[in-house]
Amino acid sequence: MSALLEVRDLARHFAVARPGGLWGRRATLRAVDGVSFDIEAGRTLGLVGESGCGKSTTARLVLGLTPATAGDIRFDGVPVTARHDGDWRRARARMQMVYQDPLGALDRRQAVAEQIGEPLAIHRPLTPRAERAERVAALMDAVGLRRDQAARYPHELSGGQRQRVVIARALALDPQLLVCDEPVSALDVSIQAQVLNLLDDLRARTGFAALFISHDLKVVRQMADRVAVMYLGRIVEEGAPDEVFHAPLHPYTQALVAAIPTLGRRRVRTTLRGDPPSPVDRPPGCPFHTRCPVAIARCASETPALRHDAGRAVACHLAAATPFAEIV
Amino acid sequence: MLGYTLSRLGRAAVTLIIVVSLAFVILRLTGDPGQIMLGPDAPPSAYAAFRRNWGLDQPIWVQYLKYFAAIFEGDLGRSMRDGRPALEVVMERAPITLAITGPAFLMNLMIGLPAGIIAALHRNTALDRAIMTVSVLGFTVPSFVMGLTLALIFAVQLRWLPSGGSDTWAHAVLPIATMGLIGAAVIARFTRSAMLEVMGQPYIRTASAKGLPWREVVVTHALPNAAIPTLTIIGFMVGSLVAGAVVVESIFSWPGVGRLLVTAVANRDLAVVQVILLAIGFTMVAANLAVDLAYGWIDPRLRLKPTPTGA
Amino acid sequence: MTSPPLAPPLIQLRDLTVEFDQGARFVRALHGVSLTLARGEALGLVGESGCGKSITWLAALGLLGPGARVAGSVQVAGEEVLGLPDRALSRIRGGRVALIFQDPSSSLNPVHRIGRQIGEALRLHRGLTGGAQRAEARRLLDRVGIANAAQRLDEYPHELSGGMNQRVMIAMALAGEPDVLVADEPTTALDTTIQAQILDLLHDLRAETGMALVLISHDLGVVADMADRVAVMYGGRIIEEGPAEALFAAPDHPYTRGLMAALPDLEGPRRRLSAIPGAVPAPDRLPPGCTFAPRCAHAEGLCEGAPPALRGTGRAGRRAACHRLEALVWTGLAASGPSATARPAEVARAEVARAERARA
Repeated sequence: MSALLEVRDLARHFAVARPGGLWGRRATLRAVDGVSFDIEAGRTLGLVGESGCGKSTTARLVLGLTPATAGDIRFDGVPVTARHDGDWRRARARMQMVYQDPLGALDRRQAVAEQIGEPLAIHRPLTPRAERAERVAALMDAVGLRRDQAARYPHELSGGQRQRVVIARALALDPQLLVCDEPVSALDVSIQAQVLNLLDDLRARTGFAALFISHDLKVVRQMADRVAVMYLGRIVEEGAPDEVFHAPLHPYTQALVAAIPTLGRRRVRTTLRGDPPSPVDRPPGCPFHTRCPVAIARCASETPALRHDAGRAVACHLAAATPFAEIV
Repeated sequence: MLGYTLSRLGRAAVTLIIVVSLAFVILRLTGDPGQIMLGPDAPPSAYAAFRRNWGLDQPIWVQYLKYFAAIFEGDLGRSMRDGRPALEVVMERAPITLAITGPAFLMNLMIGLPAGIIAALHRNTALDRAIMTVSVLGFTVPSFVMGLTLALIFAVQLRWLPSGGSDTWAHAVLPIATMGLIGAAVIARFTRSAMLEVMGQPYIRTASAKGLPWREVVVTHALPNAAIPTLTIIGFMVGSLVAGAVVVESIFSWPGVGRLLVTAVANRDLAVVQVILLAIGFTMVAANLAVDLAYGWIDPRLRLKPTPTGA
Repeated sequence: MTSPPLAPPLIQLRDLTVEFDQGARFVRALHGVSLTLARGEALGLVGESGCGKSITWLAALGLLGPGARVAGSVQVAGEEVLGLPDRALSRIRGGRVALIFQDPSSSLNPVHRIGRQIGEALRLHRGLTGGAQRAEARRLLDRVGIANAAQRLDEYPHELSGGMNQRVMIAMALAGEPDVLVADEPTTALDTTIQAQILDLLHDLRAETGMALVLISHDLGVVADMADRVAVMYGGRIIEEGPAEALFAAPDHPYTRGLMAALPDLEGPRRRLSAIPGAVPAPDRLPPGCTFAPRCAHAEGLCEGAPPALRGTGRAGRRAACHRLEALVWTGLAASGPSATARPAEVARAEVARAERARA
């Protein structure tokens, strides 16, 4: 049985002009460079990585908000393109996005109830007003907003409340796929917990699949059924969250996990030096080899493929099914 | 930096060509120079001769091409009034206009910039409100109203200054004041916004936190950053001065290029009008080019940024 | 037997109060904050947005601008600093107390070169100019781990990454050889691996120079990693204070417990997060009595009376501002000591859940 969302060898390249010479030198920014994954119906895939790894671009590609340079995206068997034709517009009803900045994602001049009801007005214009109002009220209840907040404007609500509005709007048409791009990064810890619990409850109730993107590994571990770690446009490791985070195979994942300061555990000194290279200057071979503490000669010339084995995948010449610590 | 400069120059050239072309077409479509120059009572043959003489009997696109061809040879046409080269007619009046626009521009800067900066540094105090109130007046009052009002007060009522002509330096005071005050008001307002925006930036707090005395923070950190948007306005003011000169010179009977333009348009003295428009266009384009280049010099981010060129 | 005299604290804040001019009236943002910082100590200041953790230090150094009214006492190395004229404060800022901020790329002047910005601090506090200044700036950049230091001196902030800019900020802060570095969310805007590098750097610099550190963050993990002592703030007040390890292992105040229970965990079993209901009240609409009471699972009548004062909880160096301190004795598993296998966040969740069941 095929998955709800199938992504194969997805790539998104940008032509950029770099400083130098009269007109600038041409270069290619490989934002996403050969990414493949599946999301089953009702399951959540977490996408983690640092800035420049391509996770936000992947989100936009999956939703068809930006055209792919190469690769294949299939949603429920149907290819996803970025052409704004009738099919694309109809697909909006089945896949939605929750954004990082709730204030920016909402129209400042419309009351929130109106914005929650807008998808219904667009895709189901024949619904009678009363029914639409009822649905909006039900959505507001579901996300924990009070009825009296319906006439409020976004700037009159708190950050957490705004994000609830964004979620309510995204769920208005019962989408099958929800793409969440750093949905709680802009929120305080206590509000973050509320919104995460809310997303969890809603998922249990309505059964949507989700692509959950975050730089915060702890949040992803809390929310995802599977997780993929991205670095410079490629997936370097994939698997169940507890497996990937407790016994990481890829040196980058190991560094990432070790770098997180957590209560109750003294952080080990980081071994990663320098800044990640820019996606314009991708090193040849394995993109991580310039910062990898255990890189060998082969890593500089040959790009490792993502090898799948027993529910886990890793793109590293040195990693095997056994935990990495044994090799070093 | 080179690419930046060249592209700006290229754009400037294109702008000039468009300005001249538009003027050319519009002038020839409205009114008949022959009628105006010779009066309504001349015999038809005189009109015909006039038109032949000045090449007005040719199709418009032929006139256009001939005009541009002539430009490349340095010939910008002749005044229909006295047959003198149009360029000469205009250039002899240019210093007279500069005699009032130059000082007015200086006045804009020397009053407007400090006023704006002081208003920003004393935000929401009585001083700030006073400066902003006065600046609104300068902003909203059109130059002819300002000019006539000043003339009314200082020339008619108080009799301190003459109201028209250009014989003595005293005659220049009112025209300069008119243009100077209006421009200063605009610059004060924009400088204030630019300063306020900059003062709210995190790096100003860093500069203070480093232990820099307040005066140094303002002068070395805030002003250079506030200069960037302020330059835009200054560039714009140059254009505004040029336009303002036309009105002000007419009000105060100041015999500069502005007055000349008004008469030339009334007389449909085509070549003179074209030359003046070309000169105005050139001045504005040069001013904006200078501003653009200044940006590149002050703001290092503009020099080196890599830009996406497409998917 | 008399105990040896304690070294005088490096910084002492007493009853620091801050009010902001909102046009028609003044709104109080900080309600009598008192803190002490000893020489060489690392103090963590934790809280969510709007709790006043940044305002405290900006107010102490007079960096809040004319719209703020600051009252109380701020002593740096025994010298009263609040209300000093700008000239005198300039000496202290950067010279005794240095600040670094959250977004390094916008905290540096975009039109000045790096070398000039560091050089400014060197000139102000150490009188260095010319070649000596440049050499020292270069040494500082080296010290904070920037490669190609000489080249970087001539570059602009937008040419460096966020992580490098933060290192530049740290170098600039070190230029004045300060006694204490106040770091306001220094790693929040940075990637995780870069964050780890910066934290390691701060750790090394402290070990090298004996500099004190005030680390302000909403990230409990970051604070737990670096701090000797922690103060938790809520609604413009300090509501708990104590040694870092002990405080996080067994927090006394319901808010601190709630914060910890709300944290997702990387290890341990995956459980539903315990969110604190409601939201932080706006500074101009604070509830009477304890600011946290409306959201507190343990609140009772007396909590709405007056805001509780910080008082000792019986354990060494621990203080909390709660009317019901005695009733809320920590009964979590961690009472058996920090070696317990259960993780602090998980324990906090269990504690909160137990309290909620007890009330039901």
